[in-house]
Amino acid sequence: MATQHSRSAARFMMAPAVFLLLVWMLVPLTMTLFFSFKKYLPLRGDSMANGLEWVGFANYVRFVGSSSFWPSIQATLVIVGGVLVVTIVLGVLLAMLLDQPMWGQGIVRILVIAPFFVMPTVSALVWKNMFMDPNNGLLAYLWKAFGGTPVEWLSQAALPSLIMIVSWQWLPFATLILLTAIQSLDSEQLEAAEMDGAPVLKRFWFIILPHLSRAITIVILIQTIFLLSIFAEIFVTTGGAFGTKTLTYLIFQRVLESQNVGLGSAGGVYAIILANIVALFLMRIVGKNLDA
Amino acid sequence: MARAVTNNRKAINTGLAWLIGLLIFFPILWTFLTSFKTEAQAINDPPLFLFFDWTLENYAVVQERSDYLRFLWNSIIIAGGSTLLGIVIAVPAAWSMAFVPSRRTKDVLLWMLSTKMLPAVGVLYPIYLLFIQLGLLDTRIGLTIVLMLINLPIIVWMLYTYFREIPAEILEAARMDGASLREEILYVLTPMAVPGIASTILLNFILAWNEAFWTLNLTAANAAPLTAFIASYSSPEGLFYAKLSAASTMAIAPILILGWFSQKQLVRGLTFGAVK
Repeated sequence: MATQHSRSAARFMMAPAVFLLLVWMLVPLTMTLFFSFKKYLPLRGDSMANGLEWVGFANYVRFVGSSSFWPSIQATLVIVGGVLVVTIVLGVLLAMLLDQPMWGQGIVRILVIAPFFVMPTVSALVWKNMFMDPNNGLLAYLWKAFGGTPVEWLSQAALPSLIMIVSWQWLPFATLILLTAIQSLDSEQLEAAEMDGAPVLKRFWFIILPHLSRAITIVILIQTIFLLSIFAEIFVTTGGAFGTKTLTYLIFQRVLESQNVGLGSAGGVYAIILANIVALFLMRIVGKNLDA
Repeated sequence: MARAVTNNRKAINTGLAWLIGLLIFFPILWTFLTSFKTEAQAINDPPLFLFFDWTLENYAVVQERSDYLRFLWNSIIIAGGSTLLGIVIAVPAAWSMAFVPSRRTKDVLLWMLSTKMLPAVGVLYPIYLLFIQLGLLDTRIGLTIVLMLINLPIIVWMLYTYFREIPAEILEAARMDGASLREEILYVLTPMAVPGIASTILLNFILAWNEAFWTLNLTAANAAPLTAFIASYSSPEGLFYAKLSAASTMAIAPILILGWFSQKQLVRGLTFGAVK
């Protein structure tokens, strides 16, 4: 039994972590909210010291009304959706393959997981230059070898190229989690189904997939939260050109490149709301698991 | 596995899995190989795989021209510092939540997780402004603090899931024998918690090492870690594939090796205990 003494000691021990996270969350959030209702252009002489002009919801209206807003939402959805589809489909197949008995399983696992540890700037630059470059990239050689014309990947097919790069980074994550889930599947159930003569596809559809549904949901939610805010990959490949300007990148440009803090902050509030919608679902699943 | 598997099928599985594994790993392998070529060989048509004149020249050039070691040092300080700082703050918190839970523990844990989901770009300017005001822009200490804060929820969560597996009876027995709280933590809990703490440190070191939003936006010349060092190669100047490869290899090799050791803990750490 916890005594009164240990309970107050416990609260005391939690205090630093709770306090720091509270400050980390509240202070910047309040500032973003504050700026979002102000006209704040530091390069044109606006400063906190001189007082900022209150503009109501003008920044919110302008952010949504700008011609880059809807394309940025579209680019965000295409990238997030594309990466999710690629990583989940390939991840399920790969996890099922890795679950089979084979020689050198440990080494294959290591090979498959490796991209997850490559820092985003490295993977983006390596793909951009050494694979997708239309003159010297490896894919260009491959295309030429088969008599095709090399594709200018990052300008002609910028979004699919980005999806490809980001999927390469996240496939290991999806595979690893799905593999962990598959390994917890009761193999007797599968054997029984096999003996009853259920074909492979039916076994997959009625036994494996339902068993994986929870893991798939978790992969979708966690990846979505990270993918909504991918930055470095766009920063070093296209710099937001060729239709790859996501919501995150648009806000980054408004705030740091054109130094329109009010407008960028309004965008930031939209991004926070968007992320929170996804987060709510994730928290519910994680929360349920805590009770178990 | 109870099912009898024919060697034939096992051979097919093996071949297929190795093929896919090598395909996924290929970009890393290619980068590694290219780093030992001359610039001319790096763009040779047809591409050269193993039969070229291996050279270490690129590594020397990269170090000389862009001072790799300084960035490496920054990465080590920032990733290591933020992880250790996070551990010091998170161990007591996770301990109290795992062993003296209250009705609100679950809410606190979920709330901590929710701070992790705050999109960084939403608070970019406030942090940028605070950093200028406090003189933290482009300093290692500033970046260490920010990375500690963004990873703190994960550290608390991971430790919490590990601590929860330690049977509380052992702690009670120690308490019965008259151990003080300090002794209880130091001599009873810590030895049992070391593996969990070690894997938490490992995973968070990796996450901090690869973090590429704050490290790119809050540093310039002084505190820039390897993420920024590599980003500086994004504007090519003439032939540079071999040098880019050498720089990339040096940036990812340490973490790749650490990562392979941490693969077992990865799932737990990244799904907040929701997949075991």
